[in-house]
Amino acid sequence: MSEVDDLPRFPFPVDAALEPPAQWAELRSKCPVAHVKLASGDEATLLTRHEDVKAILSDPRFTRPTPQDNAARVADSEEGGIFNSDMATVIPQHGEAHLTWRRSIGKWFTAKRMNALRPGIAAMAELLIDEMVAKGAPADLKAGLGFPLPVWVICDMLGVPDRDRDRFSHWSDTMLSMTRFTEAEMKAAEQEFGRYMAAHIAAKREQPGDDLLSALITDPEPMPDRTLIATGIGLLIAGHETTANMITKMVAMLLSDRSRWESLLADPSLVRTAVEESLRLDANAGVGMARYLTEEVEISGTVLPRGTTAMCSMAAANRDEDAFARASEMDLGRSPNQHLAFGAGAHACLGQPLARTELQVVLEVLLRKLPSLDLAVPVEDLRRVEGLVVGGLVDLPVRW
Amino acid sequence: MKITVGQDKCCGAGTCVLLAPDVFDQRDEDGIVVLLDEAPPAELHSLVHEAASVCPAAAIAVSS
Repeated sequence: MSEVDDLPRFPFPVDAALEPPAQWAELRSKCPVAHVKLASGDEATLLTRHEDVKAILSDPRFTRPTPQDNAARVADSEEGGIFNSDMATVIPQHGEAHLTWRRSIGKWFTAKRMNALRPGIAAMAELLIDEMVAKGAPADLKAGLGFPLPVWVICDMLGVPDRDRDRFSHWSDTMLSMTRFTEAEMKAAEQEFGRYMAAHIAAKREQPGDDLLSALITDPEPMPDRTLIATGIGLLIAGHETTANMITKMVAMLLSDRSRWESLLADPSLVRTAVEESLRLDANAGVGMARYLTEEVEISGTVLPRGTTAMCSMAAANRDEDAFARASEMDLGRSPNQHLAFGAGAHACLGQPLARTELQVVLEVLLRKLPSLDLAVPVEDLRRVEGLVVGGLVDLPVRW
Repeated sequence: MKITVGQDKCCGAGTCVLLAPDVFDQRDEDGIVVLLDEAPPAELHSLVHEAASVCPAAAIAVSS
């Protein structure tokens, strides 16, 4: 145990909310296959280079750990939190079964469907901004816009009422805990969310609507109920928590050096590439993605034995000088931008076209409606969300 | 320019369609990539190269 105790604790602590920990650059150049200790106390192998992270995430042999793997646990609970949870066994993770599951959801996230959502998302963003402005500056952009917008979008897609958003947010935060909540709180949140989703699915079965869950329920070959529940919960958590945080972090990054905001005002056609660059430079993206190696594999000249838990830090990989010119600089026109913010391979983020669409629309509307937007506090005062597997800012005080 | 797509590799992220909707589309039933134009005009080449390089599943190949 003492050997594990001597390992650096991952994720690394950081002082500034928008800056990366110094260890990322050190490890990329000197120790691309690093041994670290997770919040659980378990040992994992941390990968930080773009090429390595992409290779492991794209390798069809490997997926996230299942409870049977005895893999390193990400969270400081007996089960190890959401990345080690039972969801892995309820939603198929491998081969044809995974493909079938994924494709049944994928049709709801096509680019065409996302483009059709644009006017509705823009109208909602305008409404939320009007409400925020009516209350006066300074305002918290996370509470006023970043959080409610993606929740409304995903609730609409799933056919669940967005008035329950505070409950979703509580369950979601708790289930995404790394160190913040107790084992009992995490279990309770999972059970309560499960009961809520089961009741919702039963109601949809009686009275199907024009939404994703109704379509899955009425499919000629429907998923088992446990899979439906896990899918509904997974989409609801993934659909709001990550995007809500990313809207807030993106605006913070763009305002922290206001010449960036001004460049976008002068040339709004940069919105698309600016969104991608914000995703790439997100230093506060959360813990990363775990992969359980069921076979030995060689990475950067080091053989990782079977049974290794590889922690893939996409955020560290996204700053790799070997993959990106002037990697630490924010280049709003960077193209192409092969960042790994959404992962890679067969398990790459299912909702990425939705996230992109939301980020682009919200930025377009903000530039148009609030060109004078600025931070209401010094950037040093921005605080990170601590203790969850996803990263974000506690709030974002702005004025205009 | 000649484009090929691997439907078996595609993960349906739609990145290519968002970038170059005149060249790529997705099947309505499952979101898998469909190639609309395997030899698009020169003005679309840079977007096609970008789509190929950012495809999360490396499912797009471009040859000249």
